[in-house]
Order: sequence, then C-alpha cells, then structure tokens
Amino acid sequence: MEETKIISGCKVVIIGGSAGSLNALMQILPELSKLNDFAIVIVLHRKSTDDQTLEDLIALKAKVTVKPVEDKVPLLPGFIYIVPSNYHLLFEKNETLSLDTSEKVNYSRPSIDVSFESAAEVYGETLVGILLSGSNTDGTAGLIRIQALGGTIVVQNPLAADMPFMPNHAIQKTVPDFILNNEELLKFITSINT
Amino acid sequence: MIEDIELETLINDVYEYYGFDFGSYSRASLKRRVTRVIQLDGFKHFHEFLSKVRSDPEYYKRMVDEITVNVTEMFRDPGFYAVVRNEILPLLGTKPFIRLWHAGCSTGEEVYSMAIMLKEAGLLHKSLIYATDINATVLETAKKGIFPLRMMKEYSENYRTAGGQEDFSNYYIANYGIAKFNEELAEKMVFSQHNLVSDTSFNEFDMILCRNVLIYFDNDLQKRVINLFDESLAVLGFLALGTKETIKYSIAPGKYKQLDKDKIWRKLK
Repeated sequence: MEETKIISGCKVVIIGGSAGSLNALMQILPELSKLNDFAIVIVLHRKSTDDQTLEDLIALKAKVTVKPVEDKVPLLPGFIYIVPSNYHLLFEKNETLSLDTSEKVNYSRPSIDVSFESAAEVYGETLVGILLSGSNTDGTAGLIRIQALGGTIVVQNPLAADMPFMPNHAIQKTVPDFILNNEELLKFITSINT
Repeated sequence: MIEDIELETLINDVYEYYGFDFGSYSRASLKRRVTRVIQLDGFKHFHEFLSKVRSDPEYYKRMVDEITVNVTEMFRDPGFYAVVRNEILPLLGTKPFIRLWHAGCSTGEEVYSMAIMLKEAGLLHKSLIYATDINATVLETAKKGIFPLRMMKEYSENYRTAGGQEDFSNYYIANYGIAKFNEELAEKMVFSQHNLVSDTSFNEFDMILCRNVLIYFDNDLQKRVINLFDESLAVLGFLALGTKETIKYSIAPGKYKQLDKDKIWRKLK
C-alpha cells in the first residue's frame, strides 16, 4: 500500500456498505468539513420501507450538505448524495442520477454492484470506489469494474469492520489500491484532489 | 456491459424495423437491461443478438418485454397509500362516478391495491379503473390477479402500514404457491395496451397513477408524458407519481397544488 499516493482529478467517491457500515460512516462523515471538487455518493443496504431516517441522520451529523436524491437530479461536486431505499441508483452520461426499480441484485435494492458498475461506465478513472462492512458479497463485482475502467478502489480493513465478510470477500477477489481502517479512510478522503 | 455505440445501433434499428422509439429512454437503465437480456438469452456477441431482433418479430417482442422493467409490489410505499386512503378517497367519494387510470401498471399489484382500498371505502361499485401498460404479457398476468404467494407476508405488512384493518388473506385464495385475488376486485378493472411514448389521451380521469415509470424516461419524454396526463385529468383531479419523481420541471407553476410532501398533485385549473 502506497501511503503517499494522492488521488487527483477525482469527480466522484462512491461508498458502498451493508450491515455495520453506518458506524464507519458516522466516524468519517462528521469529520469532513468540505469536499475538494468531488461528490460523495453513499449506497447503503437498508429496509425497503425506510423513507428518510438514514438521510436525516447523516444530514444531522455531517458538515457537508446532503442533497436529496430524486430522479434525474444533477450530481454536483461538494455534496453528499444518499441512494434512496428500494431503488437502484444509476449514473447518466450528462452527470445526472437516475433511479431504477428493477429486480434486486445480490438480494439487494439498492445494490452496490449496480451503482458501482454504472458509475464506472460514466466516471472511469475519475471515480473512487470504497467498500465498507457487511455480510453479503455485494460490491465486489462493482469494484472489479471500477478498477477495469481506470478508477481507484479502496476496501475497509476487515479488522476495522463490524462485519468483515464483505470487505474480506472483496480483498480475496480484487487487488485493492488501498485497504484502510476508519481513521485512514478519513485521511484518504480528505487528501483527495489536494 | 454493451458499448454505448451498440446501444444506439439497437435503438436506431428497432425504430427503423418496428417503429418503436426507445430514443428517449434513460440510457443508464436501458444499457443494463439490454446487457441483461443478451446474457439471459445466451448470445455470445452483440451482433448475433441484433440480427435476431431485426429478423424475428417474436423475439423482438420478447426483448421489449424483458428490457422494460416490470417489478412492482402491492402497497409499495405504504405511506403513500395511507394518504390516498385517508385524504384522497374521501374527496373522490363525493363524485357520482370515479374514473382512475394506472399508467404503466405492469403485472397489476398496485391496481389490486387500489381496488382493495376503494372496496373498503365503499367506493368500488361506482369506480372504473383503467390499467394500461406497453407490455401485453404483463397485462395478461394483471387480468388474472394471480401473484406469488411468497410475497403475501410482505404485502400484508404493507397493507397494515397503509392503514388496512381487514384480514388481508381474505382477499385471495392460496393455492400451490400462488395467491389468486378475488374476482370481485377485478370487476371494475379495464386492461389495455397503451404506449406512453406514442399514444394519446383516451379519456378523462379523476385520478391518474403512474408510479416509477417516468424514471425510465429522459427529461423531454417525461415532459411529454406529464402533459399527456394533464390533458387526461379532470380539474380537481389527482396525479400520483413515484416517491422520487416530480412534475415541477414539466408543468407551469400554479396549475397544480402538491399535497404536503407526498408525490400527489391536484389539478387546480
């Protein structure tokens, strides 16, 4: 792992997580005072009937503004976007977000793979994908696609994850650019585009 | 994933050979759906798939059925249905006759949800529910009112969260993994094929529901479809969209009034 490698030219950081990743997000997001010319998109597995709780919680704790995700909203740098429950989130070439209610993928909607793969298609090497804690295999295929199209992939250190299965699975199947604990993740995100 | 240029070739060829225009569909979703059907049907190369679509009208139909999204649930977003039950139906109930249109109804789960609520409000006998979709195959399922039995636990929870107080299992008969809904519910339903991209208004309605259909269209087509709904809606009628969809970029401000935070708008003029 190159501790010193700094990511530049990044437009989007997409973070996928399942069981146990809210803790990590709550350690990282409140510490970010601004995003240097990139947007953060968060894809978190949750109950299909959960309307706004996650958005409200993150908006309450984060200093960076959380923009509500609706169909075809523009994805703007400097803001946090959270995928709504019971939809897949897709990325359009004109840098807007689309929603999709098609079949669950990896028993999940939103699926991390679906959003990672779609973001990779549009953002290529300007994309950073981060996979956090969980007890499911979702996210690994998406990381592979992000890397194949030139993006940077980061996996939470399984030792730091509440549920190590998902990051472990990704580490076995990919060669992550970085494997980081929560503190390092915060440093990494802060260093992007500086 | 297929290449962007391949997707555009498919869109052009489908328009040329069959006259159907996918040109205004959201590309990100369409690309996933086409890639999925190519894998599902075991094509090794895109050009094999393309020549099958061109040469075989039956296969073309299958492809359209597969790339249009047909995932739906009963009482999806229970909060929405609670608002319809508590706030909209009492207003519609004052009319001698209630006409509703479910546009893009897919296999009909939301149509049956609405019929159940109309019945419980004592309004089903004076209602007529038009349910349309571009896909003839899903309409056949919808007409039968047969849904997977394994979904009933979730639907029954949604029903209760949406304010339902009856025993949900009274509405269907369970048999070998399927739930067949009471025919009484379907008596006031009219199913027909309708294409939001190219077909026009066909009646005037007191309520139009089109939930999670516009998300598959680009902004121009969304505008066109919302204007089609506007032409088809009586003054003081209601338009209901999915929880992440809006009319605000398509309709002049002041013409509609939104109900609180819900995605239901009332036509004022």
